[in-house]
Amino acid sequence: MTCRHRPLWAAGAIIVLSVLAALRPAGAEEALVRISNFAFVPPDLTVKVGTTVTFRNEDDEPHLVVAGDGSFRSRALDTKDSFAYDFSQPGEFSYFCSLHPHMQGKIRVSR
Amino acid sequence: MTHHRIDNGRPDTTRRETLECMIWAGTGVLWTVASGVPVSLGLLGKAEAAEAVTKGFTFLQISDSHVGFDKAANPHALDTLTEAIAQIGALPAKPAFMIHTGDITHLSTAAQFDDAARVIGGARLDVHYVPGEHDVIDEGNGQAYSERYGKGKQGAGWYSFDEGGVHFIGLVNVVNLKAGGLGQLGLEQLKWLADDLRGRSASAPIVVFAHIPLWTVYADWGWGTADSAQALALLKPFGSVTILNGHIHQIMQKVEGNVTFHTARSTAFPQPAPGTASSPGPLTVPAGELRKFLGITSVAIRPGANDLAIIDSTLARA
Repeated sequence: MTCRHRPLWAAGAIIVLSVLAALRPAGAEEALVRISNFAFVPPDLTVKVGTTVTFRNEDDEPHLVVAGDGSFRSRALDTKDSFAYDFSQPGEFSYFCSLHPHMQGKIRVSR
Repeated sequence: MTHHRIDNGRPDTTRRETLECMIWAGTGVLWTVASGVPVSLGLLGKAEAAEAVTKGFTFLQISDSHVGFDKAANPHALDTLTEAIAQIGALPAKPAFMIHTGDITHLSTAAQFDDAARVIGGARLDVHYVPGEHDVIDEGNGQAYSERYGKGKQGAGWYSFDEGGVHFIGLVNVVNLKAGGLGQLGLEQLKWLADDLRGRSASAPIVVFAHIPLWTVYADWGWGTADSAQALALLKPFGSVTILNGHIHQIMQKVEGNVTFHTARSTAFPQPAPGTASSPGPLTVPAGELRKFLGITSVAIRPGANDLAIIDSTLARA
């Protein structure tokens, strides 16, 4: 009887971002974390130092991206909004959604 | 003892039949009200139930109005809030005041707070607010809410007041949330609660209202409050405690000893029942069905009795 709204633009957005990432010159690394169905996807991501990670909200619900150690914090991301952060130091960065704290993720930044 | 929602299940629900569910807190007697006449499912007769609805002291709860929400689940959340406020005027008993259990707005913007205040003001009732997590996500981390509703309150906006012989306590469990956790009251608020309750008569009815449920409805979705057990321990000596919450956009009820827990519907959009979807969040229902999932809650306090009657009404019309 009921159904979940699954926006089609999400798939298109990923393709566009992937193409954009592929077109960028080597050395300017980018990565994408989707926020979908109240989860960070992928929840555990390894990137190289200097990578800019974009967190993009694909839910019909706002989310925030907040580092456990306070090193970064997005504003409230409404549907289709995104937040980019440049991981310039190596290490493990746990983060969560301060609106829905059961949503957690981790970025591992390697040299 | 646990009760579940009664629903008449008929698709042709008329406006007067929308008073569909009543729980008699304390005694645990369930009621359904069809065609405007309460039908007893338990120990009390029709006349007694009707009297509770039309006499004595009642107050109203609305919740999760999410003003500014415009997605598929309800492109017009302000309109359904307007309908809910209009319905308040049609209640059999004029409420003494209203409580709003949070998520007034969707994104804590000034325009959303202004729209909500304008529409809710149409009820011409005093409104006692507590914030939901959607009300404290402005750049100032709750500054927008505090500027409007924080005056004369403690901490992030908790407070108490007395009316109709009942002690009302508004709690805030949506700020400073920790990774992996649930809603949280915090030590400062728990200390204030202990002070607020100290010396009170155990026979005086208490109503506690807060946004996130003060019992664990579904931990996987964050539907609970991490330190609610400490608050409930403080409330244990009291003979009649009613806890009213929102957040989950559906009715859940539980009676445990002298404590009755109840969550209200949203006026904006439903959410899935716990565990029935891959995640919580706005649930899109078939066109024309939405108003059966939205509603308001009326609470009646019977003169000379400690137990409260909780009556949920949907926005569905004939």
